[in-house]
Amino acid sequence: MRLVGKQTWVFENNIYIQATGTAVGPFEADGPLGKQFDVGYRDLYCGEKTWELAERRLMKEAITICMNKGNVTANEIDVFLAGDLLNQNVTANYTARELPIPFLCMFGACSTSMETLAVGAALVDGGFARQALVATSSHNATAERQFRYPTELGIQKPKSATFTVTGAGAALIGSQKGRFRVTAATIGRVIDAGLKNPMDMGAAMAPAAAHTIEQHFLDLNRSPADYDLIVTGDLSGIGSVIVKELLMEAGYDITDGYSDCGLMIYRPDQRKFAGGSGCACCAVVTYGHLLREMEKGTFRKIFVVATGALLSQTMIQQKQSIPAIAHGVVIESVGG
Amino acid sequence: MDYWMAFLVGGAICGAAQWLMDRANISQIHMLAGLVSVGALLGALGVYDQLVEVAGAGALLPMSGFGYLLAKGIASHEAGQGWMNMGANMFQYIGLELSFVITLSFVAALICKPRG
Amino acid sequence: MKLRDHYQQAVRKFQPKPSYLANSFQAFISGGLVCAGAEGLRALYMNSWGFSSDAAQHLMMLTVMGLAVLLTAMGRYDALSQFAGAGATVLLTGFANSLASAAMEHRTEGWVSGIANHMFKIGGVVIVYGMVIAYVLGVIYYIV
Repeated sequence: MRLVGKQTWVFENNIYIQATGTAVGPFEADGPLGKQFDVGYRDLYCGEKTWELAERRLMKEAITICMNKGNVTANEIDVFLAGDLLNQNVTANYTARELPIPFLCMFGACSTSMETLAVGAALVDGGFARQALVATSSHNATAERQFRYPTELGIQKPKSATFTVTGAGAALIGSQKGRFRVTAATIGRVIDAGLKNPMDMGAAMAPAAAHTIEQHFLDLNRSPADYDLIVTGDLSGIGSVIVKELLMEAGYDITDGYSDCGLMIYRPDQRKFAGGSGCACCAVVTYGHLLREMEKGTFRKIFVVATGALLSQTMIQQKQSIPAIAHGVVIESVGG
Repeated sequence: MDYWMAFLVGGAICGAAQWLMDRANISQIHMLAGLVSVGALLGALGVYDQLVEVAGAGALLPMSGFGYLLAKGIASHEAGQGWMNMGANMFQYIGLELSFVITLSFVAALICKPRG
Repeated sequence: MKLRDHYQQAVRKFQPKPSYLANSFQAFISGGLVCAGAEGLRALYMNSWGFSSDAAQHLMMLTVMGLAVLLTAMGRYDALSQFAGAGATVLLTGFANSLASAAMEHRTEGWVSGIANHMFKIGGVVIVYGMVIAYVLGVIYYIV
């Protein structure tokens, strides 16, 4: 049985992340992690005509880099899993039309990065694919325009607002020995805490993250001490404090060795409100920064929990609350 | 003196709107709708006229001024003209600005890309 | 109060409050300055260039809205209103900004289905509410 406890998958075969690729926009390239991303564009349009095309270019770039680093061609990959934030997942679907790989499109809002990684690993583990390619992307302007207002509209954002990361991250998963092993994944439940403010998604998503982390500990009978780092996707300044408090109440002290991708990607003086968010936030920080740190030996075992707010503008306008989800994946460094 | 009154009245409307938006959690577009409605109402009651008299641009530039000018347009129809002219008169005082800003926005959109 | 049991209430202490006073003060100053400046323009048109009072008022409003569209096109208006809040958004300049920003945002969808179709996405609120209220009041005025 690969299912352990209620919601956790433990992979029986050795599944590795064989290569990763990241591409980011100007603000991220300018941020504290800027040098660790493979490609950084100076311009939000990334040399394209529209924001949507720019996002697609980012995803394509990330995939190309990832395949080059992993030394594979598209024909050797058995399945491609991808998602983004746009309606009908256009970035992922349109990117996939240029690839000769069977494709599964996924949507888990900002949790898509770990959703694709977990499902990809499961498909490889189950023998449905020898190599799987996973990718997620988001773009600040496409997200603004779809979920909020036109980018040039003067609107005062509160301190709790987050800034959608422009970028894309891709990873190649396979059973050939690599430096990082994906050992387990906890699939989250949709949790709705009843909050309705789309300008404060950290607080809306924190209960989902806390639930997934707690369930992970219960299922595997582990504790925070088993991990060098527990990292959430995009809870940002407000949500990350709440998730610590929620887990403290449940009896897990994660204060040491906890961080949030949304807090790492920008410098405080970049004035990105409460921090970064979006599909790409967790993806580029994990694939670009965290794996590099693991290579250096800073961490040996990390638990990445990507959080997603499953809202749409229509639902918000109809006064519906924001459902949230979080998926976690355990990554361990091998040897060295 | 005019400048001070414009500054004070215009500033006060903006400050009050901001306070309401923050405190009562009113969104920006709801605020716009509210201000226009209040302006039209006060305009129809004849109160806003006096405010414009005193504050000039300070009362005209906030969105309430837009509502006021619409109401003023409607109220200006002369007795003999009948009800049909009511709607036509509506844009008498603000039609110029409206058509200008629509055209200008269109041209701006043809030339400029948003910068994000 | 425990977060787990009363999340919606307990979470409030983690959520930052807006700086009510600072925000309102910034809106007051910025909004006031724009209005005073506009008043100055009107005086200039009237006294120096010899326009009539009505014409000067129209010209003043046209100038101010034109500047707002220009700032929007340059990509500066959003930063301005992050500071000024209502001081930049509830003025006619904010209306001009809402039309121009929506039009620019959708230019990629074409002249008709993009620019024209989306221009009033946000600014339409003002037109609709202004017209409906004014019309209703006009009807009452007419009957009474």
